[in-house]
Amino acid sequence: MTINRRELLGYSAAALGVAAVGLPQIAKAAAGELTIAYNVNLPSWDPTTGPSAVNPTIQGLYQSVFDQFIPQKPDLSFAPGLLTEWGWNDDRTKITMTVREGVTWHDGSPFTAEDVVWSLQRAGDEKTGNPIQFVWKNVNNFKIDGNKITGDVVQFDPVYFKWMSFLTGYIMPKAYYEKVGAEGFEKAPIGTGPYMVEKFERNAFLRLKANPNYWGGKPAFENVTIKFVADAASRVAEIESGSSQVTLEIPYEEYDRLIAKDGLAGSCKNVSDIGMIFFNDIEAMLDKNVRQAAVMSIDKKLLVDRLLRGYGQPIDTLETPEYTAYDASIKVEHNPEKAKELLAASGYSPEKPVKFTIQTTKGFKPKDYEMIQAIVGMWRKVGIEATIEVYEIAKHYELRAADKLAPAAFYNWGNAIGDPTTSTGFAMYGPSPHSVWDSQDLIDMINPLWGEKDEAKRIAGWKAVDKYIAEQAYVLPLMQYAQPIVHAKSVNVVQHVSGALLPALMTPA
Amino acid sequence: MLLQRFLIRLLTMLITLFGVAVVVFVVIRVAPGDPIAMMLPPGATDADIARLRALYGLDKTIVQQFFIWLSGVARGDFGTSISLRQEVLGLVFNRLPATLELAIVALVMAVALGGTTAIIGARERGTAVEAGIDIASGAALSIPDFLWGLVLILLFGVLVPIFDISGRVSPQLDLPFVTQFYLFESLLRLRLDLTWDLLKHMLMPAVALALPLAAIISQLLKQSLKEILDLDYVVLARVKGFSETQVILREALKNAALPTLTLVGVQFTFLIGGTVIVERLFSYEGLGNMAIDAVINRDLPLIQGIVLVFALLFVLINLSVDMMYALLNPRLRHG
Repeated sequence: MTINRRELLGYSAAALGVAAVGLPQIAKAAAGELTIAYNVNLPSWDPTTGPSAVNPTIQGLYQSVFDQFIPQKPDLSFAPGLLTEWGWNDDRTKITMTVREGVTWHDGSPFTAEDVVWSLQRAGDEKTGNPIQFVWKNVNNFKIDGNKITGDVVQFDPVYFKWMSFLTGYIMPKAYYEKVGAEGFEKAPIGTGPYMVEKFERNAFLRLKANPNYWGGKPAFENVTIKFVADAASRVAEIESGSSQVTLEIPYEEYDRLIAKDGLAGSCKNVSDIGMIFFNDIEAMLDKNVRQAAVMSIDKKLLVDRLLRGYGQPIDTLETPEYTAYDASIKVEHNPEKAKELLAASGYSPEKPVKFTIQTTKGFKPKDYEMIQAIVGMWRKVGIEATIEVYEIAKHYELRAADKLAPAAFYNWGNAIGDPTTSTGFAMYGPSPHSVWDSQDLIDMINPLWGEKDEAKRIAGWKAVDKYIAEQAYVLPLMQYAQPIVHAKSVNVVQHVSGALLPALMTPA
Repeated sequence: MLLQRFLIRLLTMLITLFGVAVVVFVVIRVAPGDPIAMMLPPGATDADIARLRALYGLDKTIVQQFFIWLSGVARGDFGTSISLRQEVLGLVFNRLPATLELAIVALVMAVALGGTTAIIGARERGTAVEAGIDIASGAALSIPDFLWGLVLILLFGVLVPIFDISGRVSPQLDLPFVTQFYLFESLLRLRLDLTWDLLKHMLMPAVALALPLAAIISQLLKQSLKEILDLDYVVLARVKGFSETQVILREALKNAALPTLTLVGVQFTFLIGGTVIVERLFSYEGLGNMAIDAVINRDLPLIQGIVLVFALLFVLINLSVDMMYALLNPRLRHG
């Protein structure tokens, strides 16, 4: 076939016309097929060892293939899973667990109580490289009787069972792992989860196939392709072109634009992640007036409305409404005039401001840098002159672990199990490498709560700690983040408050 | 004499690689960020930190760590990736072919596009065609490769979706590949369906990488051609009755291509460097994409391995260019 110049010009014009008008291909999930443009790569298949084990952003992928000891429902409540019952004896010296019967691994072999015990012992063995080994080693001397397991408590940790729904809390296949070894498992992982790994190209994609024997019922989509698309602009293009039917973690502006298009819909609910500013007990932050002024001069609602397009929830404690120890009565007023008075009492004013450095990431969380810029502007009006220093998230971890953060430092904190120990506890307990506020008053308040056996008393204790922290302005909680998910209207997506995007919760519309 | 020159060159290469190894090793350890601090879960204690440090060998001094690593490298052991928990060398060689294929396709595109426009520009010198080529070259050069990537994604990924936006190959395909050189292997096996699928994934990132390089080639080659076209031996060819196109292709091009060849060699190393961002943008499973993940995860052994392999590529490319230059330029060959 030959094409003359006139025809060529005609084709070019048609192509340009189409480009100009735009024909966005809104994806329609083919029968049983689902493609998700995911925001992070999956570095490793072992959910219990190495850095991947503590990376919250990939837990949704793990939960598609493996089961946790105790699963969490989308609202963060705990539900029976492979463990159908669990609990302590009265004096908290023993634990008991009941294992679900009739479950099989992806290779068809039966799942047993042996797998549960082996997984718990392996997780508590420091030689495996489990970063959360310190939790699992608190129980040992397991005994199996049919599908019942008992264990002796070495050191009582009230959050032990909650960790069974959190980082590294996965049940692994004993016989298979011992047969293929770590390397073999990396190449061909199996679990008891709703999906089986069909094909995995690191940095590229993951093909999952529905587990027909899943104890919770076969998932709706037979085949799921998860493309690893780290760049947000590329994820937007993926969903807009129809190459993927679901994506997440895109800018809120793009979220609003995309869900207005025909064939696309979205969900942007609050998740368990919060934005906060650590105060370090150095320099100006030793002055309570400065801390309180720094907190009450910030209009958090304005930040959410203007910078996050209204997505998210201003908060005044390190607990969100979904967390166990949330106390709605803890409120810190927005009162710039009172902030001025407090600063004046310490000899500061807009003309003679108190000065300190605030560190922030830039682009790690939505509008993080812009938010800090706005906060610095609000502070300037009342008499606080803060210098912004941008750091990478890796630098933040390093400085925080070494207790060398600036007087103020922006960070985001996730707490999918919603327990106060994993929010207020580790963030504000001086001896923890995650905390930079080291005042003895707070340490003394928190110390008895780590091993408190009375649950109601424990939660009440943490609420009191949160109230005290708010009064003393030891930290500056900003907002609870909302997670944007865009999907084709042909797919129903159930958003999980933990932030995990779970294909097993998706169904054809 | 030739052997002596080769040995000197080899020694220079080794010194360069050693220098790169030292610089990378020191810089990534001095740079902000601690892989262990990033791994710390809530509740970790100082003892947990010490345990993890020892597990990854980070409890030793930088000098000790360097010599342990270097002695490993000498034995072909580049260590184990912290984030991926696999041998670094295997990971790097698993991804290198993807990057090489992408870079080579981009280079071929750049040479073809740049060469063609240079020849047309030289032939049509002083006309609106040459002006048009100059404007297009200016635009291609002034827009960086990653921005071209975004433009291409919008045009041919979203508005007229004829190419794939992400990945190297469609996940649904059953791949028969034995090597990681997918494109080469699909051609060898005459699996044109796979070749087309690979090209649909590769064309946009390759074009994004090729456009700035094509512009440079076009400008330099055109300039060289224009200078040569005024020389006596070329004028003589015209007098003999050769057409302008024949004059350019038969008489002028070979001599004009020499400076361009050197430039292409140097620019090819930049092009490989450019794959880092472009691969990320297109979620292309090459070494560059892996390098970004390694940096984000502060995966020290993997960063070291990738940088060293990139450095090796650069010195090998430079060596190849020198050899080709000597081959094409008789004065250097006999000098």
